[in-house]
Amino acid sequence: MLQRRIPLLITFLTGVIIVITFFIPHPPFGKLQDDALVWYSIILGFSMLIGVDSLLRFHYRRIARREKGFGFSFVFYAGFLACFITGIISEIKFGDAFAEGTSFRYLYDYILVPLQSTMFALLAFFVASASYRAFRARNFIATLLLITAVIVMLGRIPIGAKIPGITPLTDWILNYLQLGPARGIRIGIALGAISMSLRLILGIERTYLS
Amino acid sequence: MMILLILSLSVKAFDTPNDGGGSITIEVVGLNGDLKNGYVYRNSMEDTTFELRGLISRTSYKYVDDGAENGKEYLYKVELEFDDTTLTLFTGPVSAKAQWYDPTRTSVLIFLIIFSGFVLWFIQLARKNPEGLFIRKIPALDAIDEAVGRSTEMGKPTFFIHGLSGITDAGTLAALTILRRVSSKVAEYETPLIVTNYDPIVMAASSETVKQAYAEVGKIDNFNEKNIVYLTYEQFGYTAGVDGLMIRENPGAVFLQGYFYAESLILAETGHSVGAIQIAGTTAATQLPFFIAACDYVLIGEETLAASSYIGREPVMLGSVKGSDYGKLFIMIFIGIGVIFATIATILNIKGNSILMNAFNTFMGWL
Repeated sequence: MLQRRIPLLITFLTGVIIVITFFIPHPPFGKLQDDALVWYSIILGFSMLIGVDSLLRFHYRRIARREKGFGFSFVFYAGFLACFITGIISEIKFGDAFAEGTSFRYLYDYILVPLQSTMFALLAFFVASASYRAFRARNFIATLLLITAVIVMLGRIPIGAKIPGITPLTDWILNYLQLGPARGIRIGIALGAISMSLRLILGIERTYLS
Repeated sequence: MMILLILSLSVKAFDTPNDGGGSITIEVVGLNGDLKNGYVYRNSMEDTTFELRGLISRTSYKYVDDGAENGKEYLYKVELEFDDTTLTLFTGPVSAKAQWYDPTRTSVLIFLIIFSGFVLWFIQLARKNPEGLFIRKIPALDAIDEAVGRSTEMGKPTFFIHGLSGITDAGTLAALTILRRVSSKVAEYETPLIVTNYDPIVMAASSETVKQAYAEVGKIDNFNEKNIVYLTYEQFGYTAGVDGLMIRENPGAVFLQGYFYAESLILAETGHSVGAIQIAGTTAATQLPFFIAACDYVLIGEETLAASSYIGREPVMLGSVKGSDYGKLFIMIFIGIGVIFATIATILNIKGNSILMNAFNTFMGWL
């Protein structure tokens, strides 16, 4: 019983205090939210160890069982060890692993960043394939979506500015047709979040406790 | 001209309003863009020396001294440099103090009281009359059983992909509710479930949620903790990891739940390419169009946050959703009033009727 009541009590007290501190700038209330975020960062730092442990075990299991594509797990271990060792050496040698000229920084700048950019660049192709499916003129509404999308796309590229009326029409679509529903969704999300927070504070919502 | 400007200049120092103390604002009054440089010096009234604190902003003509001690008195000297002269002004003594209430947040407080009132009122009503509550159908939540069932029939695993937010995000907590439902069904049908995590704390919570769901349906022996995997805390590293897993494991159903950024479409399109039935849910309004284009079902914004109420069907939870809806109605009424007032103001302005326009502005100010 206490196993459930204590977390509920902590949630209630934390929730109420954080809400109150939003309106009270006077110390110690004013900085409580910032302090809570610092505590969260500290907990997150330690929880990273659990994450790393999970990741190492996951790839160890793949190698041990010779699962499909287990060779990639060797790549993971090589990458993990390279980052770990260079990170420690750079930190000891330069006092900051991210300092200019460190081996860790080299790995970051010339391997990790290009890899991330490559993944991000894939988005262009996925946008094309998703757009192709979304804009197929199957019925009246889909056709309307296609026409609107073509107008907006034209309005966003340099050649669109040469076509009379396209730029103001694009702005009108974005500022009125698009913005109204988008704001509606955002207001709904904000109210839903407040409602959920109230459920959490009052202990009505308990699924997070498992 | 310069003499007139100098005569009209004054400097004032005051406790920065609505803050937690430790701050004094210094403002130069009467400047109009001729200032070259403005230096602020402070004297703590313990000796005669003035210490340089910073520069006056050339746009707001203010400087905020954040290094003041509460209750201690200070004198300020401001040196204003113009093209052909330098002017020195003094102000003080002034001290910083902390405020107990921030009046600029009164409107938020009023809204919070009204909105919470609606939610609490409907929770009470739901306790008294549990039968009187209706919640519309949410197809994406109804499709959970269908998706897991299809995955089972095909002999493929089910994927649950968390978004990029931490446990402090309401969307993540909602995702855990959905994960619980998915886990129950997966445990019931004895299908493998793989949960990918971006945040290690979310991973720990997911592990507990799935374990609990397996225990509830009496299949705790089938629970495999190693299937709740942490990938990385890098956005595109996570994307690459999840994509790789999807390609290799070939899931029959994919759930994308939480807060997503640019990786949303990459993940959803990969899921689509392996032929999985996909149910997405996010509170990231900017990513909704991508999910709508690439997934079979989408929980749009607040539907994600109402998932626990919809799945649990507990009257008290449904009451909170109804209260939230009334809060929305309240806002809609205010938006409507605002639209009417803005229209009236525009018409009055076009017609050039200054008396009516002033009366209107006075009324709006009173509101």
